[in-house]
Amino acid sequence: MSRETIDLAAIRARLANAHGKQFWRSLDELAETEEFRTFLHREFPAGVSELRDPRSRRSFLKLMGAAFAMAGLSACASGPREKIVPYVDPPTGNVTPGQPVYYSTAMPQGGFGLGVLAESHIGRPTKIEGNPDHPASLGATDVFAQASVLSLYDPDRAKTVTRYSDVSTWEAFLSTMNGRLATLRANQGAGMHILTETITSPTLGAQMQALLQAFPQARWYQYDPFGLDNVREGAQLAFGQYVNTTYNFAKAARMLALDADFLSNLPGSLRYAREFIDGRRVSAGHNQMNRLYAVESMPTITGAMADHRLPLRASQVEPFARAVAQALGVNVGGQVAAPEGVPAGWIDTMVRDLQQHKGASIVIAGVEQPPVVHALAHAMNQALGNVGATVVYTQPVEVNPVNQLNSLRELAQAMNAGQVNTLLIVECNPVLTAPVDFNFGDLLRKVEFTVHMSPYFEETSALCQWHLPQLHYLESWGDVRAFNGAATIMQPLIMPLYQGKSAYDLLAALNGNAAQSSYDVVRAYWQGQRQGGDFEAFWRKSLHDGIVADTELPPVQVSLNGNLGAQPSQSAAQASQGLEINFRPDPMIGDGRWANNAWLQEMPKPMTTVTWDNVALISPATAQRLALQTQDLVELTLNGRSMRIPAWIMPGHADDAVTVSVGYGRTGIGSVADGVGFNAYSIRSSDARWFGAGADMRKTGEQYPIASVELQYSLQERDMVRTAPLPEFLANPLFAQNEYDKSLPNAGKPNGKDAGLPSLLPEYRYTGHAWGMSIDLTACIGCNACTIACQAENNIPTVGKHDVLIGRSMHWIKVDRYYAGNIDNPDVYFQPRPCMHCEKAPCELVCPVEATLHNDEGLNQMVYNRCIGTRYCSNNCPYKVRRFNFIDYTPNIPVINLVRNPDVTVRTRGVMEKCSYCIQRIEQTRIESEKDNRTILDGEIQTACQQVCPTRAIVFGDINDTNSAVARLKTLPLNYGMLAELGTQPRTTYLARVSNPNPELKA
Amino acid sequence: MSEQEHIYGLSAEFREEQQLLDAARRAYDEGYRKMDAYAPFPVEGLADAIGMTSTRMPLVVLGGGVFGGVSAYILQLYASVWHYPHNIGGRPYHSWPSFIPVIFELTVLCAALAGFVGLIWRNGLPEPYHPMFNVREFREHGSQDRFFLCIEADDPKFDRQETERFLASLEPERVSAVDS
Amino acid sequence: MASEHLKGSDGASAPILEPGQTFRSVSEKISSLVLERKTGLGWFAGLGITFLGFMMMMFAISYLLYWGVGVWGVDIPVAWGFAIVNFVWWIGIGHAGTLISAILYLMRQEWRTSINRFAEAMTLFAVVNAGLFPILHLGRQWLFYYLIPYPNTMTLWPQFRSPLVWDFFAVSTYLIVSLLFWYIGVVPDMATLRDRAQSRLGQVTFGILSLGWRNSARHWKRFQSVYLLLAALATPLVVSVHTIVSWDFAVGIVPGWHSTIFPPYFVAGALFQGFAMVLILTVPLRRFYHLEAYVTERHLDFMAQMTLVTGLIVTYGYVCENFTGWYSGNIYERYLVINRALGPYGWVYWLTLACNVVAPQILWFKWARRNTLILFLIGIIVSIGMWIERFTIVVTSLHRDFVPAAWGMFYPTIWDYATFFGTVGFFFMLFLLFVRLFPVVPMFEVRELITTLEKKGEYNKGSEASPSGVVSEGAQSA
Repeated sequence: MSRETIDLAAIRARLANAHGKQFWRSLDELAETEEFRTFLHREFPAGVSELRDPRSRRSFLKLMGAAFAMAGLSACASGPREKIVPYVDPPTGNVTPGQPVYYSTAMPQGGFGLGVLAESHIGRPTKIEGNPDHPASLGATDVFAQASVLSLYDPDRAKTVTRYSDVSTWEAFLSTMNGRLATLRANQGAGMHILTETITSPTLGAQMQALLQAFPQARWYQYDPFGLDNVREGAQLAFGQYVNTTYNFAKAARMLALDADFLSNLPGSLRYAREFIDGRRVSAGHNQMNRLYAVESMPTITGAMADHRLPLRASQVEPFARAVAQALGVNVGGQVAAPEGVPAGWIDTMVRDLQQHKGASIVIAGVEQPPVVHALAHAMNQALGNVGATVVYTQPVEVNPVNQLNSLRELAQAMNAGQVNTLLIVECNPVLTAPVDFNFGDLLRKVEFTVHMSPYFEETSALCQWHLPQLHYLESWGDVRAFNGAATIMQPLIMPLYQGKSAYDLLAALNGNAAQSSYDVVRAYWQGQRQGGDFEAFWRKSLHDGIVADTELPPVQVSLNGNLGAQPSQSAAQASQGLEINFRPDPMIGDGRWANNAWLQEMPKPMTTVTWDNVALISPATAQRLALQTQDLVELTLNGRSMRIPAWIMPGHADDAVTVSVGYGRTGIGSVADGVGFNAYSIRSSDARWFGAGADMRKTGEQYPIASVELQYSLQERDMVRTAPLPEFLANPLFAQNEYDKSLPNAGKPNGKDAGLPSLLPEYRYTGHAWGMSIDLTACIGCNACTIACQAENNIPTVGKHDVLIGRSMHWIKVDRYYAGNIDNPDVYFQPRPCMHCEKAPCELVCPVEATLHNDEGLNQMVYNRCIGTRYCSNNCPYKVRRFNFIDYTPNIPVINLVRNPDVTVRTRGVMEKCSYCIQRIEQTRIESEKDNRTILDGEIQTACQQVCPTRAIVFGDINDTNSAVARLKTLPLNYGMLAELGTQPRTTYLARVSNPNPELKA
Repeated sequence: MSEQEHIYGLSAEFREEQQLLDAARRAYDEGYRKMDAYAPFPVEGLADAIGMTSTRMPLVVLGGGVFGGVSAYILQLYASVWHYPHNIGGRPYHSWPSFIPVIFELTVLCAALAGFVGLIWRNGLPEPYHPMFNVREFREHGSQDRFFLCIEADDPKFDRQETERFLASLEPERVSAVDS
Repeated sequence: MASEHLKGSDGASAPILEPGQTFRSVSEKISSLVLERKTGLGWFAGLGITFLGFMMMMFAISYLLYWGVGVWGVDIPVAWGFAIVNFVWWIGIGHAGTLISAILYLMRQEWRTSINRFAEAMTLFAVVNAGLFPILHLGRQWLFYYLIPYPNTMTLWPQFRSPLVWDFFAVSTYLIVSLLFWYIGVVPDMATLRDRAQSRLGQVTFGILSLGWRNSARHWKRFQSVYLLLAALATPLVVSVHTIVSWDFAVGIVPGWHSTIFPPYFVAGALFQGFAMVLILTVPLRRFYHLEAYVTERHLDFMAQMTLVTGLIVTYGYVCENFTGWYSGNIYERYLVINRALGPYGWVYWLTLACNVVAPQILWFKWARRNTLILFLIGIIVSIGMWIERFTIVVTSLHRDFVPAAWGMFYPTIWDYATFFGTVGFFFMLFLLFVRLFPVVPMFEVRELITTLEKKGEYNKGSEASPSGVVSEGAQSA
């Protein structure tokens, strides 16, 4: 059976004459195709291949279970030797079993730090939360921080020092290294080269400086495959110097994002998201909303939140920026016309809007845009008087800001020229991530002595002589700076599980004091910084707060230089024929460093909801032109290099462009990463790091099943999501109430509780607490952090690609993604869907064994050991939030067991499970409150999804307490219950989504 | 007298059910009470003819049914309302409409069981030995195509010669003594 | 209506008992099938094949118990798959057996006599198969006994509001009552076999099974009384069982399940499919065991008519479903109607209609009702049709319910098929064993029938002289 083709023309027609707002979820739905089954059957004929396939991650892990039993045992977790300082002092001076203790530390990501609180159970970190005092976190975290605990216990981590892949020891390495250092010292270190990722760590920087002083001839390079080069060079271009740009969205009323996904891919994204959304809450009485204009080469969650969104090829963003800049009175040298595809008047209207908010607007350029676009953005912000108000410049955060592409190129040239005899690569994985035209792998062979330090034994490790297992950030001391320079001292929560070392240890050794532990190094550095004063107090306070006081970089005055008009276009001219190609880090596994993390692999990517694979995104029009369908396996060629990858029709993507994400298609890394997806680095060259022209896409005729959580169906004019633009809301505040809601006794004046229709049956009265939740759809940016936080908190298993494919993924809270409007540039809505804890729960009624029932606080509870798995409850759940352990999804692997939350039962095969409103947290808090006999305070209990949410879209609390935040939210006119008309009386309700389009613009 | 003690009775064998029916009636009118008639299929009126005009089976079945129904309701009441009540989807503890199906099923079940047990018990089955099987014809034809009337020895009116003569007068295929 | 036929109002209609049968010939003919007749190779071949099916079932079940229900295609949202479909299907097959033996008995339909014995056996075996699935489909099959109300250390009881608990009571009651009903009817024939058996083994076995039955008039009176009462109990029982099965769905709020038409619609569907299965069994049985004398064309005709009637009721159910779906004005119900016909599983729905609505219409014609081949085929078509109808109800309703983001598909695996076809093999294996070891036609009832008909003057018993059990091979072609 061949895949039914999607008639895009027909879809356009249908949407055109569909009256009212027609929601839809994918093109397959609109075309009502039905080929999925075919793929499945081709791919998994036996139907249970997952169980049989030796390469399947679960069965593999089961094998590993035995293999790593020892590893697990050795990791009977014990805290580090040095004294670490808890965030909240446990009542008893020492650790009490069953009493989690939180320690503040920071997770480095792309060199920048995210302040976190790590939850430790008897010396065993199990969960990461955001550090409310940390500027980059404000209490929230991203998916990576949540998943990082799993990586800590990953049985596939490199465990021992190896030499030519043979087991060796750190001591053996040191002796060899010292031998070389002796000779190197003789010739000033000539031939000694060090490659690291971006370094913001003051200590590491100091160590590096020391090393370079000791070896003047040695060279230090930095390379991040998706670093902030463009941002740095943009500043260089605009101001003649490297500066770090931070934004204050709290003060911004109008924003223009130039292909900038500032909600997810900047070091400060979590903070920006919080500030951005706080400026959009109309519910809280004031009816002012900020407005976001976005032009994008590919759909991102930022674009999804935009009030006006314009798909533009990446290369057209520069002309667009020039046009806008010109309209804002920036000298761009001669007249520039807006690129085609921009509706007439769009720019002028927007510019007018921006100008009406001088000093309260932001123009932000994306990291993927060339320096000149950043320079233009700086110019525009200056023109709009935003500098100092919403845009703040500081000294660079990096210890040594460089153009990393050039940096790596120099290294490559040096290696090629044979000037390199000693090469130390720390964390960075150039063999995989370096531009393919550098042939880094071949160059490595020219080097006499190579050392690679990384958490996994990866592509680069295989080509180096020595491999040093790198410590996880929860295992090692260190420090790191946040997006605004604020430094955090990272404290370890656990002794190294394996024979790993940190970069600090390595550099200390190179500096000739191998005896120094990373603790000594870090402590020594800060002692050096703090002349005078009580250092102990300072040290203790810094560790406790998770932030070193007054380390934020002060604003600097910079002056715009020269006329940018003179700047030649830096966007590769669109080739006459062929597609433009965008390379992106994967939204879930980043540049590939998270490839072996099953939680992230199984996390639905925002927008596509694809799991366990990367895909080539193309716009519907382009798909039409190339006669491609979603899941067609295509040959993607760029400059003669080519790869195979399945196509994915992405509504809202720029036409004549294709986007691929990297990090997939790796081998030899681990049981999870191996053989998953397709390696896009293989066609990514130095002249097309972010985007390039002249790509070619050809059908192979084969098809490839993609495990997408989003299946091919439309919303069918149903009102799961209710939404209106601001003016409509102001005119009709009750727009979110449907006929049923209006028929309720408390219609129009909701009192925080869903009364439901009058019933003949006696109502069950909930005296005392009555837990409930409110989810603000205006605030949800679809980042999926809630899903993975829930996974980490509640020991939710992963099921593998095959089972996701047939609809068995286990996430207790899923973020649904709906489209509305035209397929070339649709509106996108996100809707988190946890258990609604209906007071009249249909699921409980049909359970034959009382395995699911209500407690006296209205929680819909699962009793796992009573459940016999009839699955009737799931059938009868209108929200389909129940998940079933169809087989044993939780293999017993000692080391992985360490990540489990001891407060949550690990479910066996054959039992139903679902969102419990984090009952373990409720009980924990109840115990605390009863100990100092008081009632539970509002906000004292935070569910995992609520705590992690960057925008505070989720609020949980006691709806019987009329003053509680959640009860107040439920009294808002925007409040509605999904499918409440079924009489389920859901405890989880939604706040309808309000957007703020520019009335002058017909979007 | 002496021989009467070691025979069970006298049996007459017939070819047609009608003959048996008439014979049974005659024997009853004759005053015989302790007797039994045997036919390879239920013959209408035969039991009445030999004086069994009614059976208690319906009462037994009714009793079983009532017991089943009542106990089913009590069981559910005890489990859901009294012993361990749960808040199931906000429904009342005493959701009596939901209790009806089980009540009905147990009514039927107990009634049927009572009927079966009653039948076996009242018929005195299983009965491995019965004197009638000493009659060869009865063994060979009793369950297939012949009809028998047996007047038992402990019938007060029973007299070897008298009864034999009487049976012969019914024009049976043959009359045979049934050894006890 | 059948009694009209008996009075021969329509001349062409065949008798319900071929002439020339005597008490003895009946006993000889029927019991010889058990006692004397040499077991044919065909029977052994059949047993071999069905035994293979049985083995397949056992393997599939072992595999299932080892890995968990994940080996099946079930998922979220389609958490019920083949298992429940099979359960409903098998239960339905049972119903015609009970209908024939109980309801027709109450209605004094003499023609049921020759077929009720194996119809009841069919019921038993079908219910045994049906009973398997509710247990197998559990996530933790070994804990099925949580459904039984018994005092336990957890002080927990079943949740009596759940249709699954009702199911548990209904199905077990149905199984037990059917068994009693069948056994009581078998006892007198056991006595006959006991007396006819030549081998010691036969005598002892049948002796034990007959409980020492001696055809006493008193016993017969109680026997008839109880038999009648059981029939009277079985009648509402059979209705209740499939009603409760339909509640498994109707009590749910899923569009396509939450419907008041379900109970009558399910009961009719059960009888429909049950009669189809009776046809599938009767036609070959009658042929291979030369029972044309007892299972006459009249019987086939009646069963064909019943199939047609129940089929029409089912058709009415289909119409109602769609009408109410549309008339409700509820977008979820409306979508279901559209999706059922035009969605991914639309073809299943149309196939259902073809099998259950179109095909049986041929039974309006007498020549079709008298043509064993056609009846056999109709039987098979309807059985298939009713299976996929349940598939439509279970899967199509579940896979797209309320929240579009949660919609999914259902992909059956080989283990789904192996388990189902395995039970089919199991069923026929049991049936083959039954026809070999038990009298397939109740002898005492035929004897009774002979006299009843004689009284009605519709029948004259052959004289003893007539060779016993004679059946002209041509008889069934007449």
